[in-house]
Amino acid sequence: MPSLSLLEQSLITGVLTGGLYGLLALGLSMSWGLLRLVNLGHFAIALLGAYITWWLGTAYGVAPWLAGAIIVVAFFIYGVALHWVFMRFAVTEMASMLITFALAVIVESTLQFIWTADFRRYETPWGSESWIVGSLYVPKLNLMAFLVACLLAGGTWAWLRYTYVGRALRACAEDAPIAIAYGINHRRLSFILSGLCAAYAGVAGVFIALVATLAPSQIWSWVGVVFAVVIIGRLGNPVGALAGGILIGVCEALTMAVINPSWAALVSFSVLIALLLFKPRWV
Amino acid sequence: MPTKNCAWLRPIFFACLSLVVALPAAAQQQPPIRIGQTLSLTGPFAQTGLAHQIASEIFVERLNKSGGLLGRQVEYVVLDDQSKPDISRTLYEKLVTADKVDLILGPYGTAAILAAMTVAQRYHKVFVENTLGQPGLATYEWHFSATIGGADSTSTLPGKVLDAFNSTPHPPQNVLIVSSKFPSAQDMAHGMQRAADARNLKVLGFLEYEAGTRDYGTIAARIKDANPDFMFVACLGVEGSQILEALNKIGYKPTRHFYLYPSGLMAADPLADHATSYSGFEDVAPYTSTKEGGEFAAEYNARALKAGLPYPHVDSQAGNEYSGWQILVAGVKATNSLDDGKIAAWLDKNSVETIEGKRDFSGRSHTSASDTQQLKQAQNGKWVAIWPPEARTPGASLIAP
Repeated sequence: MPSLSLLEQSLITGVLTGGLYGLLALGLSMSWGLLRLVNLGHFAIALLGAYITWWLGTAYGVAPWLAGAIIVVAFFIYGVALHWVFMRFAVTEMASMLITFALAVIVESTLQFIWTADFRRYETPWGSESWIVGSLYVPKLNLMAFLVACLLAGGTWAWLRYTYVGRALRACAEDAPIAIAYGINHRRLSFILSGLCAAYAGVAGVFIALVATLAPSQIWSWVGVVFAVVIIGRLGNPVGALAGGILIGVCEALTMAVINPSWAALVSFSVLIALLLFKPRWV
Repeated sequence: MPTKNCAWLRPIFFACLSLVVALPAAAQQQPPIRIGQTLSLTGPFAQTGLAHQIASEIFVERLNKSGGLLGRQVEYVVLDDQSKPDISRTLYEKLVTADKVDLILGPYGTAAILAAMTVAQRYHKVFVENTLGQPGLATYEWHFSATIGGADSTSTLPGKVLDAFNSTPHPPQNVLIVSSKFPSAQDMAHGMQRAADARNLKVLGFLEYEAGTRDYGTIAARIKDANPDFMFVACLGVEGSQILEALNKIGYKPTRHFYLYPSGLMAADPLADHATSYSGFEDVAPYTSTKEGGEFAAEYNARALKAGLPYPHVDSQAGNEYSGWQILVAGVKATNSLDDGKIAAWLDKNSVETIEGKRDFSGRSHTSASDTQQLKQAQNGKWVAIWPPEARTPGASLIAP
């Protein structure tokens, strides 16, 4: 029987890991839910952000927060440009999945070409620091990633709910022709949202660089679990994405603590299937 | 006085002269012997693949400097299998059928070796490999293993590890086994469980994780919760370092710990101080005490540094590769032939002296009959030999608080 301290520590690990899942899921959920574009390239862009953070930090001594600022601006522009291409060629929801999958493969190959397939680790003086609360340890970087995820999810939710732009975006997602008939500039708003989604991937990338070991092939290691998070959290729902991430993270951690670590991989899709079968109100 | 007319002798004389002049030149101009291999030069095993490539290049250069093989120079043909067994298989087909190499050497890693072995079997090529983790799976009769674990290292290595720790003033009373689900690692973890049971060592837990696990936080929490006397980690590459880092984040440092296939870089990690692992060749005495071992180590270190390898010191991976070459070349020299069948028949009945010790192939699946693996420990940022006692690095001993 696992001890109480093991369960408590696992709970902390699960919640914090869930924050990172939520951070990664945020842009994907918004893009899928509000733009009707399934952006598989989101994971590749996040890892590209991680590599750029690591590279700027190790080669030029650029602080992660400054690297993050550069990445957010650059990725926003990339997101706008990508959406321009999608609109120019009238890409459908299914086609967007195929195109962005190809994009992810190209990014993976590019990462491997530039930085090789070797594992990379961004060593920082504070990387392994933790706050100690009683007998429990809270890793500082993981907590920071969680807090940023909460901030972005909450901020995006408020933006969508309380601002004209947000309401307009939701209206377009609900029924674009009617929204346009009411004078909403759907095109311009979708550019902003696409840019934001890419910028969110950049933010996630910065934290992936700080807490994980990097390898180009890791683009694919996030796909399954984050897709499950996006669906559990409901498409286009930023707070749902974070909540879904925490749910999966905690379930994984408790499975590792109580049963065996190797069972954790089954958790995300098991939870997804269970929720889809029993359909609670929020799914 | 009539003179004898010997004009008819002249052409014969010049023909003989030209033969005498031309023969050595022709020997020099003989095409090189081509020996082919694939290695993981990109992909997840790239770092290890590069170590194997450097070792191979050093061996071939030394061989050519000493006159080559059968009076011919040797050309090393290496292709990148991208750490993917299916690509390795395809490239071995290419090596044999398109590149028409004379001989082949096995790739790096169990899965790639098993894939390449099917090609070797189809074309009746002698197949010397040096990193097969599960020798029992090698059913090809012309397969020869340069690995140092013998036919059943899943039984013998855990026994050696426990013997080593039992020789210390505070032998462990219990063990926690942590294992990747990678097949050869998993086999070894089960071997440790059997060894622990046989010695009445309490097994506190058997934790398995998927290869490619993103977060080791909860695994670390379980290790801390179990607080074992001894932690046996059947891991590959950087996984061991990731586990140690996760343990550090929750304020836990294992006292006695073993890692199965760690990256060489682990020794330089301060968190890994006193970590142990298996060994066949390292950048310390006694491995570097022989002339060939010392020269190989010095040359390897220089090239690894130049190539930017994070751990620029010779290790077991490089030593295994070098030994593999020694075995193949010994077969060619002994039979004075490039005939795969003759080489295989000779290796079947003889042993070869390598930089990692003598290899015979009398064990199951043409592995060495005995396990000659030794143990090493990370001390002050470098691996040192600590077991068996007679093969220790001078001044070193197993530190097990």
